Amino acid sequence: MSPIHSDSSVAVALTVNGAEVATDVQVRRTFADFLREDLDLTGTHLGCEHGVCGACTVEVDGELVRSCLTLAVQMDGCRVTTIEGLAEADGRLSPLQQAFRDTHGFQCAFCAPGFLLTAKVLLAHNPSPTRDEIREALSGNLCRCTGYESIIAGVEAAARAGAVGRSSDDRTTEDPATGGHR
Amino acid sequence: MKLPKFTYHRPDTLDEAVAVLAEHDDAKVLAGGQSLLPVMAMRLGRPEHLVDIGRVPELAHLRLDDDGTLVIGAAVTHAAAERAALTRAAPLVRQALPLIGHAAIRSRGTVCGSLAHADPAAELPAVAIATGATIVARSVRGTREVAAADLFVGYLTTVLEPDELLVEVRVPPSSPTAGTAVLELSRRHGDFALIGVAAMVDRDPDGVVTSCALAFFGADAVPRRVHEAEAALIGGPASLERFTSAAELVVQVLEPSDDIHASRAYRRHAAGVLTRRALAEATGALTPVGAAR
Repeated sequence: MSPIHSDSSVAVALTVNGAEVATDVQVRRTFADFLREDLDLTGTHLGCEHGVCGACTVEVDGELVRSCLTLAVQMDGCRVTTIEGLAEADGRLSPLQQAFRDTHGFQCAFCAPGFLLTAKVLLAHNPSPTRDEIREALSGNLCRCTGYESIIAGVEAAARAGAVGRSSDDRTTEDPATGGHR
Repeated sequence: MKLPKFTYHRPDTLDEAVAVLAEHDDAKVLAGGQSLLPVMAMRLGRPEHLVDIGRVPELAHLRLDDDGTLVIGAAVTHAAAERAALTRAAPLVRQALPLIGHAAIRSRGTVCGSLAHADPAAELPAVAIATGATIVARSVRGTREVAAADLFVGYLTTVLEPDELLVEVRVPPSSPTAGTAVLELSRRHGDFALIGVAAMVDRDPDGVVTSCALAFFGADAVPRRVHEAEAALIGGPASLERFTSAAELVVQVLEPSDDIHASRAYRRHAAGVLTRRALAEATGALTPVGAAR
């Protein structure tokens, strides 16, 4: 591929919340800005923009990714789930979202998209996590309102309800050659 | 914080990647980008060219050679190495991986990227010097091997030339009787360590220590082995008294810096505590299986 300058664009094709997206993107564009500005998926929030707060976390090919720490061009060919991909098509909350709501895991909720995607991926790999495992899994996400207890309770409630995280396209990245996910 | 301008290169082959690095003076390799992109976002670095090696097939390898050497290619993420059963062959690597950042960092960040970035508070550079690992660097001028002990020369600085690409790291096999531990002190899980240690202890059937490595991170501008403490342990039994003496040597030798997160005195004290704990953990569980976390 020939060199591409910042102000120029490159074609990317990816799947976002089950929908095929094919478009041109500036190489300097972070994936977070691509989601928010180019695809109008503003549910992905930007807090710190240098990988510390976790608000911009999305699911890419079954793994958690900081969308502020990736370039949109790097996501070419990937399958992505954002917060907009969690609820049912008719607007009903997913069991995970409902569990967070029931435990008052949302206050200002700026951090909620990152927490929900993180919890989704945790539960996909570990449907019955211990409290310590939940705390460790959520340790990369900051919340300045709740004190975290209601969020942890939300993950526990979701696990009890069997709200195993499900990719919008049911894809998993388990690979027998590499031992699958933890 | 948006990224400064750069020219993006996405080579399809290793030859193409090193050719781009040779052609441009101010080019940086982009692997997972988990350190490079924040550096650019905060304008601590403004490379004019980024060379994205994410699509170079020759760098995606993760294998165990016949002699037991674990070979990790430049495009292998922390998460992929963590999942792969064959990294159990290198218990220190296995134990360090879950301590690196958070899951959302490990999914993109690479093992070789951690070495090339050379953050002195990072786990893998210390593991590399503790295990006697070797890195392979490639440029249009050829290929060379560099021992991890010679790789790190200063804060975020290695001996690699700007046109060189770190293509893989080779971790030699661990003795089947060796015990290992990686311990660190950080403010929260996943934060950079205030201080940490990668420890390996091997003993003969009589319980006499035959070899030992104590490599510290967060303790200096480079990852640092304390050979004085290692030498003090070799040739005698693995007893708690001798661990305490080794820890006292560590406290005397290390000269960590002060910053807003911890004072120098606190870091030195913690280094001693972690030394004792790591030696106890390494010798208490001699089966070097990655299950220990």
